[in-house]
Amino acid sequence: MMMPAYAWIPLAPALGALTLFLLGRRLARKTVSILASTSVAISLALSLLATLRLPPGGTSGLQTQTHRLMTWLSAGSFQVEAALRFDALSAVMVLIVSGIGLIIHVYSAGYMSRDRDYGRYFAGLNLFTFAMLLLVLADNLVLMFVGWEGVGLCSYLLIGFWFEKPSAAAAGKKAFLVNRIGDAGFVLGILVLLSAAGTTSFAGIAEAVSNGRIAPAMAGLAALLLFVGAAGKSAQIPLHIWLPDAMEGPTPVSALIHAATMVTAGVYMIARMNVLYAFAPGAGRIVAVVGALTAVYAGTIALVQNDIKRVLAYSTISQLGYMFLGCGVGAYAAGIFHLFTHAFFKSLLFLAAGSVIHALSGEQDIRRMGGLRKHLPITAPVFFIGALAIAGVPFLSGFFSKDAILVSAFAAGFPFLGILGLAGAVLTAFYMFRLVFLAFFGEERISPENKAHVHESPSIMTGPLVVLAAGSILAGYLGLPIVLGEKANLFFRFLGLVAPVLDKGHLGPAAEWGLILASAASAAFGIGLAYLLYIRNTALPGRWAARRPGLHKLLLHGYYVDEFYDAAIVAPLVRGSESVYRRFDLEVIDASLDGAAKAAGVFGKAAAILQTGWVKDYALAFVLGLTLLVGALLV
Amino acid sequence: MTTAAVVGLSLVLFVLGVVAFFVKKDLLTQFMAVEIMLNAANLAFLGLARGTDRLDAQVIIFLVMTVAAAEAAVGLAIVLLVFRRKKSIRTEDFRTLRG
Repeated sequence: MMMPAYAWIPLAPALGALTLFLLGRRLARKTVSILASTSVAISLALSLLATLRLPPGGTSGLQTQTHRLMTWLSAGSFQVEAALRFDALSAVMVLIVSGIGLIIHVYSAGYMSRDRDYGRYFAGLNLFTFAMLLLVLADNLVLMFVGWEGVGLCSYLLIGFWFEKPSAAAAGKKAFLVNRIGDAGFVLGILVLLSAAGTTSFAGIAEAVSNGRIAPAMAGLAALLLFVGAAGKSAQIPLHIWLPDAMEGPTPVSALIHAATMVTAGVYMIARMNVLYAFAPGAGRIVAVVGALTAVYAGTIALVQNDIKRVLAYSTISQLGYMFLGCGVGAYAAGIFHLFTHAFFKSLLFLAAGSVIHALSGEQDIRRMGGLRKHLPITAPVFFIGALAIAGVPFLSGFFSKDAILVSAFAAGFPFLGILGLAGAVLTAFYMFRLVFLAFFGEERISPENKAHVHESPSIMTGPLVVLAAGSILAGYLGLPIVLGEKANLFFRFLGLVAPVLDKGHLGPAAEWGLILASAASAAFGIGLAYLLYIRNTALPGRWAARRPGLHKLLLHGYYVDEFYDAAIVAPLVRGSESVYRRFDLEVIDASLDGAAKAAGVFGKAAAILQTGWVKDYALAFVLGLTLLVGALLV
Repeated sequence: MTTAAVVGLSLVLFVLGVVAFFVKKDLLTQFMAVEIMLNAANLAFLGLARGTDRLDAQVIIFLVMTVAAAEAAVGLAIVLLVFRRKKSIRTEDFRTLRG
């Protein structure tokens, strides 16, 4: 049977990863980067082809295609197919993954050019691309889980890429372990759905839900367990702690995995399971509340961080919170739209930050930057564009997607969450422009040895930045605000019922224009405040921090969540393991092994009496044995 | 001669071999006792083969003869080497296998 174009999408990166893992050390650097980038480019071309070929039809505007590769598991009535699914939602995701992926592969060729393990880096990046494509193309939860674990593995490998650094190795381990907690929830969710619906395929689950074959309580339980998985992967409260530490990895990895794609897998999964969440509104409400709280919570932490990448990491957590808010209130398309625009501006911000770090020979502390716009004629303006986009300044992409989420939150009847979202928007604008003003404006605080060779990055790095900057400006125009008419939002129409928008998405023109003004005003307020504090009156922030040292420290340490987990979970576990080691391993297992060895020795000593050394004794034993044997045969 | 007589003779020979092995104290004579036991076994095979008119017992005789020849060669070589080392072939002199 002919395989459709979309079924080939994950193949090229898989082959690329395989080749690079096996031969990466032997190939020339240029070959490695070209091979890795080409494989992703092939995926991008196939994704575009498959998207253009999506046949129209059905209520969603576009048909859903599925392709069964083989039956993977079959045990009684339980059956899992290795099947791929391609619809509007998968199309959006594969385009983001392969498109942003390609840009970041190209950028990495420049950023990592001096690194020893060039081959291993690109092998990891290609393997990640493959796993992520598999995740978004899977037709059932089990196959999706394979991709889900695959991206987790690559995340671990690439966070700990510089494993000689103890902090990087520890960060990789932390990310992996925290994700295990979420994944346990995901697996339990799959099992609940399997027992309730008897299938894990998306179509089967949707059919079981609409037929009422699943009890509402079971659906709610499954939805909550799946959300635990999503919260782990997408760094939501209370499993967000791994993402800031994940910044130990190379910056392009942070851009691809920990900003644009992998961390959004949770949002994608919720959107994919929208039928289930629509059936279990309680679970949806929890998703929305957790999302809104995370958006504000992470935003407040980002206000005071001094590491350029940690600011961006907390900002990512906060923006993921917005996406969950959108999905939770039932506006799945709005959540995915924010995912789409966020992929552009957040990867832009990370890559630009990488360019800054590159220029300053590894410096990440914004207190030792300043005035960089004079030295970095391309990086500075594109970073500025990214900051404007994420802050929600009108006419840039972040504004449109954030507005769509806020409108949905109010329209769905959660004004409190909507107000939290607006508060988050103020925080976002403030911390982003604090970063911009501290790094690119004002006086230079660069250390003398770094200052000697500040330089703009080569064009292989600035090129991708410019492309992403264009995307950060333009991507939003695919989804114009609802106040301009239902038809204005091309993005929502493309997604259709695959990831539905709210039925009652309208607030009425007055309220909608009001919201647009309110979110523009929050962006302006945040930026204005940052301007006041970090350009006009630079002594003020220090004085405020000194006046409330407790609050400042609380934010700086991320509300001491890490410390709390250490004391409440990690330390007792370590202590418990320690005592099990002493009481059980040493005293039971080791002691019983030693006892067995000792018993064998004693028995050997006793049996050695038979060995007299006299030839005739042995011969006598032979004869006696022979007599016994013959006797036994005769009797 | 009847089968019973042949088997009876072989039994007598075998017991003689066993007795000789226990009574004698030097390696070479004990070795000869072993040979007598082997040949007693061969004789038993021969008698039984005649009684039952079957050929497989005769085949086994050839096998035993081959083994006995090989064993004699190896055994004699061992006796020779033992004598060279210890200047003795009395079995009481060798007790290194004592546990």
